[in-house]
Amino acid sequence: MDSPASRASVGSEPRPAPAWLLGLLPLVLLTAAIGAFVALGAPGLGERRGPPAEALAVERTRLEPGAIELTVRNDGPDAVRIAQVVVNDAFASFTGGNDAIGRLASATLRISHPWVEGEAYEVQLVTGSGGTIAHEIPVAVATPAAGPSFYGLLALLGVYVGVLPIALGMLWLPWIRRVPARVLRVVMALTVGLLAFLAVDATLEGLELAGEGPQAFGGALLVLLGGAIAFLALTGVGAWLQDRRGGAQAGARLAVLVALGIGLHNLGEGLLIGTAYATGALALGAFLVVGFALHNATEGLAIVAPIAREAPSPRRLAALGLLAGGPAVLGAWLGAAAPSPAVSALLFGAGAGAIVQVIVQLVPSMRDGNGRALHPGAVGGVLGGMALMFATGLLV
Amino acid sequence: MNVARLTRRSVLAGVPILGAGALAVRASATPGAQLAAAAPPTVHGGVGHTRAAGHSAASGHARFRGGEVDHAANGFDPHAVLRDFDRGATRRLPSGRVLREWTLVSGDQDVELAPGVRFPAWSYNGRIPGPTLRAREGERVRVTFVNGSDHPHTIHFHGLHAAVADGTHGAGAGVVAPGRRAVYEFDAEPFGLHLYHCHARPLAEHIAKGLYGAFVIDPREGRPDADELVMVMNGFDTNFDRANEVYAVNSIGFAYLERPIEVARDELVRIYLVNALEYDLLNSFHVHGHFFHYFPTGTAREPAEYTDTVMQCQGQRGIAELCFPRTGRFMFHAHQSEFAELGWQGLFEVRDGLAGVAGLCRV
Repeated sequence: MDSPASRASVGSEPRPAPAWLLGLLPLVLLTAAIGAFVALGAPGLGERRGPPAEALAVERTRLEPGAIELTVRNDGPDAVRIAQVVVNDAFASFTGGNDAIGRLASATLRISHPWVEGEAYEVQLVTGSGGTIAHEIPVAVATPAAGPSFYGLLALLGVYVGVLPIALGMLWLPWIRRVPARVLRVVMALTVGLLAFLAVDATLEGLELAGEGPQAFGGALLVLLGGAIAFLALTGVGAWLQDRRGGAQAGARLAVLVALGIGLHNLGEGLLIGTAYATGALALGAFLVVGFALHNATEGLAIVAPIAREAPSPRRLAALGLLAGGPAVLGAWLGAAAPSPAVSALLFGAGAGAIVQVIVQLVPSMRDGNGRALHPGAVGGVLGGMALMFATGLLV
Repeated sequence: MNVARLTRRSVLAGVPILGAGALAVRASATPGAQLAAAAPPTVHGGVGHTRAAGHSAASGHARFRGGEVDHAANGFDPHAVLRDFDRGATRRLPSGRVLREWTLVSGDQDVELAPGVRFPAWSYNGRIPGPTLRAREGERVRVTFVNGSDHPHTIHFHGLHAAVADGTHGAGAGVVAPGRRAVYEFDAEPFGLHLYHCHARPLAEHIAKGLYGAFVIDPREGRPDADELVMVMNGFDTNFDRANEVYAVNSIGFAYLERPIEVARDELVRIYLVNALEYDLLNSFHVHGHFFHYFPTGTAREPAEYTDTVMQCQGQRGIAELCFPRTGRFMFHAHQSEFAELGWQGLFEVRDGLAGVAGLCRV
């Protein structure tokens, strides 16, 4: 990289070429080369042979009485024209998708079919070349109509599984304040264990979602990308907070970061719940709420642990709780709109990355007098946290 | 049926939402996760969806989007194929027998099977099914086959013939290379309804892509006058997974649903029914509101059955005779409902005042 610059400074005695020009030169040449390559019709490579490669991914399925609505995205290299639609071995009339769908473009098909609740359907999209792309609807359930009551219900759901359990978990604060430092370290280790479990869980969920969606956007790569983005963004926010406040109130800063990280995770969790409910894959019950309450209450503990030795105001605590739990409501709303699996995968990756960042932040508070992070108490705490998550996870 | 995979976060136990905006938390909820599918259909107050919902929205027959294909571009119209009998060219042999001759040319041809769906088919004389060859019992038959396709093909006739005229590998001209020709010569016997098809390997593909047709041998004394229809039941494997995506009579699904077959009231209708379907073991023919006399393979003068549904295995065929004493529209279709809704269904439109081409019903 530096050789052109050095040569320039040596070669041009009177007035050295400006640095920006030297930086731009390879770029200009590259553009010219690509332009020539395209203009000459890729000399030497010949034409691609064979029929078009057709690939479509169904991103969204909506069911209304008498109609199935599919949003499909072309994640193959060539344009795809949907000529006919077959539902459970019968040609069905449909609207939409009249034109060929270009690469990465999408179309929404509205298919007339007298589907019956609870039954399974296979929709086959027949392309212009006679190829078929199958889409499974394992259990047909009407997609809830999106109205105020629907969003209200999802908000309630988000509060049940996100906000309330975290708020309750934060009530451990008075207890944490009174326990000796030794016990507090174990509690911190416990929260690290909880979070590590969540990070792995979110990654796996994200990878699963990524596998369902269009692969042209990156597939599983999106999960890792989302993770990296969230990790780096939170690290940046942490550094910025440190710059602003100096070393003071390290615990408060940590609490904000933990709440933010858990919030990102709960966004993904809400997203999944909203999507599952909107697509009818989810029935809500008391057991669900109980399970999530136990599961997420531990997240409240993780938030208050870093500020055990400080005296936060109730308002501050409420803000932290909302920061961590509120995104569950947002996620549920977002999920009800049934976003592309690619978007969901990215958000799940972000949730996982955020948690990893939180773990990195929490580890110092586990250290004992000898500076060891993984002292016997901490190891026990981490394992205990994982066991707790595993056990409460079985309930959900 | 695929059961939805249950992850811990994706499916949760069983109390459904009741009413709008209210979360019903029931103490009696069962701890085990249940699929929504396992529950009986329910009514969601907030959504207004019931089990029977939607029947009005999607009523009517299954059909293609866009209705009809471009028959002119295909080079054949199922309605023309229906009553098109190719009697070839005849001349007297010195012995006094009639020699009946045809030339069949195979070719590679894109066919629009459903609006917007093009299939790289193979055909005899530019149509699928190939021409319905019609001879009379006892005549000498000579078929010149010209392979205009890029692939090797043959014509194998059902009927009685010498080994050299079998149209298979190792018999006579054997498999005919692209650009080459072969002559198949044999006596027209026995009378009845037969078929011809390509016998090059892989056999299923060569037949499924369109190389087949009906072969009618009339009895010496002929058959009673009738409105005669040829129905070659077939299907196409458009995605090459060795299962058919579309089913039809005479190649184009729903063609006789979009435009019903007009028949005259009280006139004898004779249907030459051939099953040329590949990949499915059986096909069938069923007509609404009427029964028909069925002559398996058309080789006997007395019907074997009086029925409204007959099944045929691959390569099987038979003659159905019926009359329509009432005007109106009557469906006919494969009684494999799957085939019917994938294209193999049509309508008879029974009318008064059609120009009589055939004899009155004897039934």
